[in-house]
Amino acid sequence: MTIKTFLRSACVLLALALILPAATATAQTTLRYAFQGGANSLDPYSLNETFTLGFLGNVYEGLTRRGPDLEIQPALAESWEIVEPTRWRFHLREGVKFHNGNDFTAEDVVFSLERVQAEGSDLTTRVPSDVEIEVVDDHTVDFVLSAPNPILHAEWDTWYIMDKEWAEEHDAVMPTSASGDNESHATFNTNGTGPFRLTDHEPDVRSVMEVNEDWWDEPQHNLDRVVFTPIGSDATRVAALLSGEIDMMYPVPVQDIERVNGNDGTSVMTGPELRTIFLGMDQKRDELLYSDVEGENPFKDVRVRKAMYQAIDIETIKSRIMRGLSEPSALMLSPLMFERSDEFERHPHDPEAAKALLAEAGYPDGFTVGMDCPNDRYVNDEQICQAIVSMLARIGVTVDLNAQPRAQYFAKVLASGGYDTSFYLLGWTPGSFDSHNVLVNLHGCRDDSGKGGPFNLGGYCNEKVDELTAKIGTENDPEKRNDMIAEAFRIIHEEVAHIPLHQQGLAWGVSDNITLEQRSDNQFMYQWVRKD
Amino acid sequence: MIWFVTKRFVQAILVLVVVALIAFAMFRYLGDPVNMMVGIETSIEQRDKLREQLGLNDSVVVQFGRFLERAARFEFGISYQHRKAVSALIAQRLPATLELSLVSVILALAVGIPMGVYTALRRDGLLARIFMTVSLIGVSLPTFLIGILLILFFGVILQWLPTFGRGEVVNIGGWTTGLLTPSGLQALILPAITLAIFQMTLVVRLIRAEMLEVLRTDYIKFCRARGLRTRSIHFRHALKNTLVPVITIVGLQLGTVIAFAIITETVFQWPGMGLLFIQAVTTVDIPIMAAYLMLIATFFVIINLIVDMLYFAVDPRLRVQS
Repeated sequence: MTIKTFLRSACVLLALALILPAATATAQTTLRYAFQGGANSLDPYSLNETFTLGFLGNVYEGLTRRGPDLEIQPALAESWEIVEPTRWRFHLREGVKFHNGNDFTAEDVVFSLERVQAEGSDLTTRVPSDVEIEVVDDHTVDFVLSAPNPILHAEWDTWYIMDKEWAEEHDAVMPTSASGDNESHATFNTNGTGPFRLTDHEPDVRSVMEVNEDWWDEPQHNLDRVVFTPIGSDATRVAALLSGEIDMMYPVPVQDIERVNGNDGTSVMTGPELRTIFLGMDQKRDELLYSDVEGENPFKDVRVRKAMYQAIDIETIKSRIMRGLSEPSALMLSPLMFERSDEFERHPHDPEAAKALLAEAGYPDGFTVGMDCPNDRYVNDEQICQAIVSMLARIGVTVDLNAQPRAQYFAKVLASGGYDTSFYLLGWTPGSFDSHNVLVNLHGCRDDSGKGGPFNLGGYCNEKVDELTAKIGTENDPEKRNDMIAEAFRIIHEEVAHIPLHQQGLAWGVSDNITLEQRSDNQFMYQWVRKD
Repeated sequence: MIWFVTKRFVQAILVLVVVALIAFAMFRYLGDPVNMMVGIETSIEQRDKLREQLGLNDSVVVQFGRFLERAARFEFGISYQHRKAVSALIAQRLPATLELSLVSVILALAVGIPMGVYTALRRDGLLARIFMTVSLIGVSLPTFLIGILLILFFGVILQWLPTFGRGEVVNIGGWTTGLLTPSGLQALILPAITLAIFQMTLVVRLIRAEMLEVLRTDYIKFCRARGLRTRSIHFRHALKNTLVPVITIVGLQLGTVIAFAIITETVFQWPGMGLLFIQAVTTVDIPIMAAYLMLIATFFVIINLIVDMLYFAVDPRLRVQS
């Protein structure tokens, strides 16, 4: 072939490429969507993180699942009952098959329990460590607890059941440990019971799923195929939706919401998310690490904490920074997760009262404190911190802001960094959707290594709250339990253990040709997607 | 010649060790990889255990020694995030980056050389002035902005070209190529242009300056005096002699293009090594970062070597001296 003919054919090829439409139309209904990150490991026990688990939730299933409003529904277990306070009986669904054709039986549940608790699993909190499992028959299992636990199954919608034979056959009995020297079959392959089967997966590039024709439940979607692409750059993700190359993407950056809504054929679905953003203060050290106050810790004084709280104008943060996409919160968890949350109200925004409180506490001229803030973790996290800096300046508190990427931020403020912070911004979603999780992790009295309340970075401590927390953990009666939760929350609120800010909003960009359900836990389930 | 290559080879190893050392000294300031590998609720004990198992508690020197020892056997470990062998991950992503880089360098040369020659010959022409102004914009606009503008115009407004990704690829013996499918070619156009623009303007300016110089030399005057055709003077005699510096710069730039494809890859979600690297930086995935930096350093070393050897081929005077 001479150069000339080569060039000519190259030109023809190029021209053809330009003329041919981007997507060749087929009879198949394909959902194409994007998220800012990807699912790195397909092993359902290797990372306890919303996106990964949500993504795998289309392939794998747990004994329970959650509906559009997060209500717990039966899935691989048809029903369950508490036969004794410490014995839960699960009746497993019959006739369910894994994607490789194997039958789902009690044996698989036993195997999955062992595997989720094994070393290397990041989901060990799904099941209390001292649970015993007893197989009653092929489709009935009992979970025997050491103490009553009213929320035993609360997180089981993301404890996915794996096939024992498949795992043994492929040498994937142990969870894919992050520190392993070997790759695991389960990291790149899946074998679930869910509505979709994964047919192609290139980590961080593209994943393709096809509908599982043999699924036990009635599909509510009308899809044949799903193509997922992670798109990290915000602008590119928005452009991909606007140009019609994808049908759905999330999250939509708040500053682009108007643009997506203004475009023909796309709109933004917003809704409340479960994550609560809050501020914390070091109340444990006798002297703050980052402050000009010497010899004492101003945050040990409830009046100072309340002054900080009342200095913050949450409505301005909502309107200016979050562009309306946030719900100010009086509690440390979403109102969706505690039915009596309407009994609580934020301490009002009142700079004058805040100044008076500071003066009363002996800081009429305020003080200086260093603040740690992530800048790539939560929606507009750095801007929120900047706004807080200027709001606190109005009551005389000077804040030195240290905003850094999450890798550095978490290394500094968490237990591994020795809780190296005086004042910080953090977000928290209780995995169990329950108050108990918030009380333990964020409010439990802790020692220097974090035992007791690992994510209570500021070290707030109240014996009474700890006592209530312990009781809440084992109380099976919902009425009594809620009373105690309310009491604990009341104490926390009055003592300003933290300064809750808001629940950030969800923003999903959706093309007009599809309908879907937006779940507040930010998991995207193809099961409810219809595309015309 | 053999002596020359051996000398270069020894230097190359030294360069690689130094690169690795600097890289390792920097990793500790990136944050804690363990927090990026687990969910928020993972207990402190589990985190500590993981940190211990990964050897992150060892001193930098020990970690570096371990890395060198493994790297000597071409083992780069398992990615923290992907739980996959780093060598396999990079091998998977390499074709995308190389294809993009090569196409954009070819594009830069194919457009840049004629433009450079033209602006040198018609220095005061209107078109030449336009070319020079455009090339000034090309030099001064940052790559990500060019990329986003192209996406906006051709992807969102005109909807002619895809805004992200690589399209359909064909796998030929482990090498994935997008050059053989229509969607792959379409997807290549915008990122290649984005990456090529800076190189192109560089080539235009370089060729123009060299060309102007050569055109003033005596032998060009003799050519004219002999009555050779203008075209032959310009292209056979003048252009050929401007090529030595162009080869140097373009060769060195090829390394830069591969290394700095990072930005273009991020903007276009181009699944190459740069994207892999930038994600590794945000999640402190040390095995990927280390391997990537070593690979890029190796590329630079090899390209330099080839450029040096090309001089021998192009310039007869060097051969005489040696």
